[in-house]
Amino acid sequence: MLNQNVLVIEAGRSERHYWRDLWRYRELFFFLAWRDILVRYKQTVIGILWALGRPLLTMLVFTLVFSKLAKLPSGGVPYPILVFAALLPWQFFSSAFSGAGESLVSNAGMISKVYFPRLVIPASAVIVAFVDFLISVIILVGLMIWYGFAPNLRMLTLPLFIFVAFAAAMGTGLWFAALNVKYRDFRIIVPFVVQFGLYISPVGFSSSIVPEKWRLLYSINPMVGVIDGFRWAILGGNTRLYWPGFMLSLFLVGLILVTGIIYFRKTEKTFADVI
Amino acid sequence: MSTVICVENLSKKYIIGHQKQERYTALRDVLTDGAKRFTHKLIHPFAAPSNDPTHEEFWALKDVSFDIQQGDRVGIIGRNGAGKSTLLKILSRITEPTSGKVSIKGRVASLLEVGTGFHPELSGRENIFLNGAILGMSKAEIKSKFDEIVAFAEVEKFLDTPVKRYSSGMYVRLAFAVAAHLEPEILIVDEVLAVGDAQFQKKCLGKMEEAGKEGRTVLFVSHNLSAISQLCSTAILLEQGRVRLTGDVRKIIDLHLSNDVVDRSDVNDISGCTNRHGNMEARFESIDIQDQNKLGRTTFSIGENINICFKVSISEKIIGQTVKLAVQLRTSDGINLCNMTDVDSHFQLSRTSESEVVTVKLSDVRWYPGIYYISLWAGSVDSKETYDAIADCGKFEIIGGGQLTSRHLPRNVGLVFLTPEWQRDNHT
Repeated sequence: MLNQNVLVIEAGRSERHYWRDLWRYRELFFFLAWRDILVRYKQTVIGILWALGRPLLTMLVFTLVFSKLAKLPSGGVPYPILVFAALLPWQFFSSAFSGAGESLVSNAGMISKVYFPRLVIPASAVIVAFVDFLISVIILVGLMIWYGFAPNLRMLTLPLFIFVAFAAAMGTGLWFAALNVKYRDFRIIVPFVVQFGLYISPVGFSSSIVPEKWRLLYSINPMVGVIDGFRWAILGGNTRLYWPGFMLSLFLVGLILVTGIIYFRKTEKTFADVI
Repeated sequence: MSTVICVENLSKKYIIGHQKQERYTALRDVLTDGAKRFTHKLIHPFAAPSNDPTHEEFWALKDVSFDIQQGDRVGIIGRNGAGKSTLLKILSRITEPTSGKVSIKGRVASLLEVGTGFHPELSGRENIFLNGAILGMSKAEIKSKFDEIVAFAEVEKFLDTPVKRYSSGMYVRLAFAVAAHLEPEILIVDEVLAVGDAQFQKKCLGKMEEAGKEGRTVLFVSHNLSAISQLCSTAILLEQGRVRLTGDVRKIIDLHLSNDVVDRSDVNDISGCTNRHGNMEARFESIDIQDQNKLGRTTFSIGENINICFKVSISEKIIGQTVKLAVQLRTSDGINLCNMTDVDSHFQLSRTSESEVVTVKLSDVRWYPGIYYISLWAGSVDSKETYDAIADCGKFEIIGGGQLTSRHLPRNVGLVFLTPEWQRDNHT
């Protein structure tokens, strides 16, 4: 017992070891993500088919409505690809955000019986959504081959934008997960936010159709920056990134993530008491 | 010997809502409450802010202090609500104390529930890895113990079956097997032995004893006092969130038992009982179960004395006649254990006043742990008339862990605990 660390439990003390603990529990994090992915594809017979079919159908409908009926411009890009480049980050965000928001309550048994840094749970929910995201990328590749659309070097910056999408999903997910434990009726708001977000984000159309003077205001929705970034990287060519808007979105994503972590950490200690 | 757990002035406060049934707050309620308070403020601007009567502070633990040495096996004893679980939750870092300090040296594993995080859709194999990770084992550790875990749980054949198809026994065995192969320096265990069949329970106890022998520190909470007395050397008795006493496990169990004046009304009134028959010439009014010191109590350990007291009122019609009395006991599984009549003990009751109190003294009770039900009968001397007969109007519990034995006594192997004389006859 010589070189052993003494663990001290005190009110307000848990902060100190938190990030070290989080690292120590990284295996649990992977196991939880692995469990959720496994269960997801075990339970539904059409598992992967569903992961592929959902974005594909959404893309078809959006193309039909916005391109064929509303006759919106696509900037010289095949409309399905334009839609799909936005659908990828949007679906990742929405499923990560709602998954993370629900994650604490659905793992209540674990939280009240075992100690581990609670951040592991919403984080692994985001990973599960990321796996769906990767599956959807296959469709994008398929579409690009179908239309003979070659991306340029900007494609290499895509991981950067994926990272921003991660941050946005994680930040909002943490907020909702923590609030959901405390106020159980918060879960009612989640589907609304997802649905509402789809309308105010440039998923079915290019954000270039938004009048220039409103662009900055429009970018208050952090997903605008993320989606524009994805399109900029994937579509290449003459797609332009509206930098002031993108920076604003980036800043807001950062703000949500940081406050999300702070709020989560602050309420985390009481989770076991109220869940 | 070194101190591995040092608890100083530990307290934990909960706010409990009285009227609210929900365990959690809804945003809806927070908003409507706020609105109500606001309008109240508008209407009565000078009223003092009222103390919310629906919320009350509750100290689950209050100034708890104790030390635990390395290699100690400590039982934590106390009634429901004494703070046992809260204490374990703080020690295993699930919840934070309100004040006070705990210092722990060494790796802690806590087992407050078996099978935490088990997923019904996943196979036994997958669940072993998942549950192990949740309990704090590394992947490499689980891999190296995998075969041992499977053998302990006896589920080799069903490793790749989803656990939703497991029988409840298999499920529990698998869950405990994972937990039993944790190798922490300090093991915290809550009531998990209440699961599984008797044989498996024995296996679990053995595993925990082993852990203790290897020099690990074990903290164990259970209602099963015989398990505690078998496994632990010392105990901590908690009462209403405070430490009542720490020390030798036997002494503390005895103290705990003699304190057990819980959840029983003073004397059990059975005058209004309808589950009876007879012509009511004599009528049982109340029944009370006491220990040898005439203190009411319903839990006894083997070897103790039990007094069954009852009050019987006798009508004037049968004045001068003897009332014959009988007390019958049955086990909770419906076996009639004995039928004791006053005649056999040379006792006679006749009316001297309106009602009489009779005590039946059973000394050195030797029945196996379990719940026993009392039925009363009163009738004429020739047994032809029944004055009053009530079935199951009282009960008491025999538990293990008394002075006579600390052995686990499962009810399915016996009913009467005997300590005959054993001797060796050498053939010459």
